Amino acid sequence: MSAHDDTAVHGGHHDDHHHDAPGAPHSTFKGYMTGFVLSVILTAIPFWLVMGKVFDKSSTTALVILLFAAVQIVVHMIYFLHMNAKSEGGWTMLALIFTLVLVVITLSGSLWVMYHLNHNMMPGMMPGDIHTQP
Amino acid sequence: MSETTALSTAGAVGTAAQPRFYLTREHHPENGTLLGFWLYLMSDCLVFACLFAIYGVLGRSFAAGPSGADLFELPLVALNTTFLLLSSITYGFAMLEMQRNRLRPTIAWLVVTGLLGLCFLSVELYEFAHLIHDGATPQRSAFLSSFFALVGTHGLHVTFGIVWLVTLMVQIGRRGFIPENKRRLMCLSMFWHFLDVVWIGVFTFVYLMGVLP
Repeated sequence: MSAHDDTAVHGGHHDDHHHDAPGAPHSTFKGYMTGFVLSVILTAIPFWLVMGKVFDKSSTTALVILLFAAVQIVVHMIYFLHMNAKSEGGWTMLALIFTLVLVVITLSGSLWVMYHLNHNMMPGMMPGDIHTQP
Repeated sequence: MSETTALSTAGAVGTAAQPRFYLTREHHPENGTLLGFWLYLMSDCLVFACLFAIYGVLGRSFAAGPSGADLFELPLVALNTTFLLLSSITYGFAMLEMQRNRLRPTIAWLVVTGLLGLCFLSVELYEFAHLIHDGATPQRSAFLSSFFALVGTHGLHVTFGIVWLVTLMVQIGRRGFIPENKRRLMCLSMFWHFLDVVWIGVFTFVYLMGVLP
């Protein structure tokens, strides 16, 4: 009875060969190969940019390779981890967004705070701090 | 005796009075394991985020010691990246064979994946041994401490991924594609691809940006 209930609930789309693992991501050869080729390209370009010293300014290089990394992470998420807004009723996407917010806060917050801390705590910056030392 | 009568009257009242509009059993979402494993991966992601933040803060504190540009050998890192990317796609092929219920090709692709993982680990261990031999130990500077913590944690994850892979190969060889084994293979698939995602961050943020002047 419970099995019938489940199939009735999920009657919207029928998948022919996934009765033993319902809700499992359906991966295809084409999908994996697309992800792989894109990853190779997105990996090769940053290595070439750094090893070939393409840009004069290292800040430009850093920005560009960070951008490539972000794109490659998205490619992996879509083609290898089969992320989409529908899987598990949207809960995986929600968890991912929540985690991304935390990751961004952790990374940017740490860098921002510690950079200014280093900047403001240089020896000799505080007026008269030598005399206040015990 | 009085208890049974009380129960039966209560039950009679419950069923006869009106239809119920609530679930009589707990509702379990389908594939709760996969969602739970995804949540674990997200928490693991936070662990790596902290390690990345530490490296981001301390990565330029060389303490007059060697810097990334002095230590890192990019061809070696490129080789390692290739190993991990290839192992990702071979695990994908194993999952495709699993979908067709073909046992031997699945195990063959899993073996290839495991071997590529071992290649990755041995290159990384060679790199670590080389660094430590040159005196670039974790104790040398804050940069090296955070480097070894971040890259070492990733390597530890790959190690346990390989242990898990071998365990699953034994399980599949013994029991075949029972639903539990398929579920386990799907969890390891997510774990393995997730490690590759973390490695994208490592080779970009640590190695490539570390050698920039």
